[in-house]
Amino acid sequence: MAHDTARALRIVQLYPRDMNIYGDWGNTLTLKRRAERHGLGTEIVDYNPGDPWPENADLFVGGGGQDSGQFRVADDLAVVAPRLHEAVARGVPMLAICGLYQLFGHSFRTGTGETLSGIGIFDLETVAGPERLIGNIVTESPDLGTIIGYENHSGLTHLGAGQQPLASVVSGAGNNGQDATEGARTANVLGSYLHGSLLPKNPRVADFLLAAALELRGETLPEGELDDTLAQRARDVAASRPR
Amino acid sequence: MSRPLVRVLGQGVRWASSLRGGGSAFPGLVMEKLHPRFVAEELAKLPLGVVVISGTNGKTTTTKMTVQLLRSQGLRVFTNRTGSNFVRGVAASLLAEMDAFGRLAADVAVLELDEAHAVHFVKQVRPRISLLLNVMRDQLDRFGEIDTTRRMLSQVARATTGTVVLNREDPRIASLAQDVTEGTAVSWFGLSDALRPMFPSDDDMRDGLRQVDPGAQDSDVPSTRRPDADVVLEAVNARSVELDVRGRKHDATVDLYGVYNQYNAAAALATSLQVLGDAADVPSLVAELGKVTPAFGRGETITVQDKPLQLLLVKNPAGFRLSLASASAQDYATMIAINDQYADGRDVSWLWDVDFDALRDGGVDMVSGVRAWDMALRLDYDLVRVAAVEPDLEDALRRFIADSGERPMRIFCTYTAMLSLRRILGDMTHVAAI
Repeated sequence: MAHDTARALRIVQLYPRDMNIYGDWGNTLTLKRRAERHGLGTEIVDYNPGDPWPENADLFVGGGGQDSGQFRVADDLAVVAPRLHEAVARGVPMLAICGLYQLFGHSFRTGTGETLSGIGIFDLETVAGPERLIGNIVTESPDLGTIIGYENHSGLTHLGAGQQPLASVVSGAGNNGQDATEGARTANVLGSYLHGSLLPKNPRVADFLLAAALELRGETLPEGELDDTLAQRARDVAASRPR
Repeated sequence: MSRPLVRVLGQGVRWASSLRGGGSAFPGLVMEKLHPRFVAEELAKLPLGVVVISGTNGKTTTTKMTVQLLRSQGLRVFTNRTGSNFVRGVAASLLAEMDAFGRLAADVAVLELDEAHAVHFVKQVRPRISLLLNVMRDQLDRFGEIDTTRRMLSQVARATTGTVVLNREDPRIASLAQDVTEGTAVSWFGLSDALRPMFPSDDDMRDGLRQVDPGAQDSDVPSTRRPDADVVLEAVNARSVELDVRGRKHDATVDLYGVYNQYNAAAALATSLQVLGDAADVPSLVAELGKVTPAFGRGETITVQDKPLQLLLVKNPAGFRLSLASASAQDYATMIAINDQYADGRDVSWLWDVDFDALRDGGVDMVSGVRAWDMALRLDYDLVRVAAVEPDLEDALRRFIADSGERPMRIFCTYTAMLSLRRILGDMTHVAAI
């Protein structure tokens, strides 16, 4: 009951119009439903290029796009970068998948040789590779356990020397197919190539993001585990599937 | 090797492999190895040329309708009916249709080709007419990106010598009009303004829980500024549709599941008009639409234990959403079967782009397939009640039929799940051969 009067958790979807191609809605929906099941109200706000900046965001989530959509988004990101950097510094949790993950790094050189500037939340660079890395993937994160999903990207991402990966690859390609890293983590910002969608089958990652958002408001995730039987069964199957 | 000898060899392989059972494309593979130009040479002889039908959703149904419309006008039509929709599948179908003297008794070929195979095919055979239906996210694990799919269809449009028939309401398809070769005509099929909100484009899929505001969709392009279409689907009332054909209104019956199939009928009609030219008898073509029956797995109805069961193939978010929107959930017992074999698409992320709110009232009676638990999780997060989850298709199907009571049944299923379900149903009741 403590949350009846609390402000709803404000979840901002970054660029849903341009970056939405691999079930990214599943991440937003999972945050919303799990928050509700934990007894929290939610409000979902879309942010698209040129929109007024959504103030008081508790959590940001954004996904993958066509290369064409990424150009529009990169231009807008350059404008709002100071606001995002300020939020990162405050510890606001964010989930950036695939295309947005790449643009949260320094740069992305596309398959046609153009270079998109990122906003440098992560110390990483991405170059389009000769073929797409596609298939089921299992990774292991020291903080968040086994993370299971599906990857589909042509970008090869290399982390800077000090950049912490999100997880290490157990099976699949990950950031570049070479160094067994997957994704990146800085403060409470998680970047990853995993679709699936990521959060439905990885409830621990979802609850990490929710807990981080609540912590900034001086609250904690309410006691009591949710029933994640369906997610666990889906994880078991996904981990057993061929690449 | 001489051409007749190669053909006779191929026909022999076809006969031998039909004894063995299955393998519809195998004789075509033999032909492709022995005589790579076989398909191109044979199809070049057809007086009315080759029609290629491609796009993400609706190929099979639209091809079937186009073939039926043309046959109703007295044409002899060659088609690749077995769903072997690549060059060697076409070669196999050709062998099956030829007589002992190697003659193909046909005036025109109407071929269903998926986007990747279409690109390969048009390098060998330039179609006289191509019908390009839509581009939606589908099998991104094969094609990578939706813009890649569009580029494939652009190559088909460029290779077409006579007329490219395009869907006016799909922005990625409409833009192909700029890609056609000089001298090639463009013919459009389209929707009335009233119907357009029923067909959210792939780019409208993002809105998830919040419904797309119908008025906001492409509102900057009113119909008056869009190109004139030869065939417009004006209005739909259950099985009855109103079509505008080159400015004249026609009432028709299209007894297929879903308004998207009624739109496919408009596409088939527009294409038939191009094939037939001045010889087209529009009223009789419109009447023929009423006789069309569903293609396998595209809403075909199978009677099992005296109750109707519909199989509805789902391949991608747009198709699944349209399929869900086409019937009231409470009227049916509903099963969903999701596999993740190569032919289904290995990535099940797309299920999260389908809005399942429409199933909240009726709930889902059974969820099955390799990815049953993914599907059950998806429904749980859309607050849809799921009565049972059974990954094994046969166990699930038997339980679903037993528990459906008096309700008609429908099963939404991915491609390989559909093939398995048809096989299991075949042991219980009569199922038409594919």
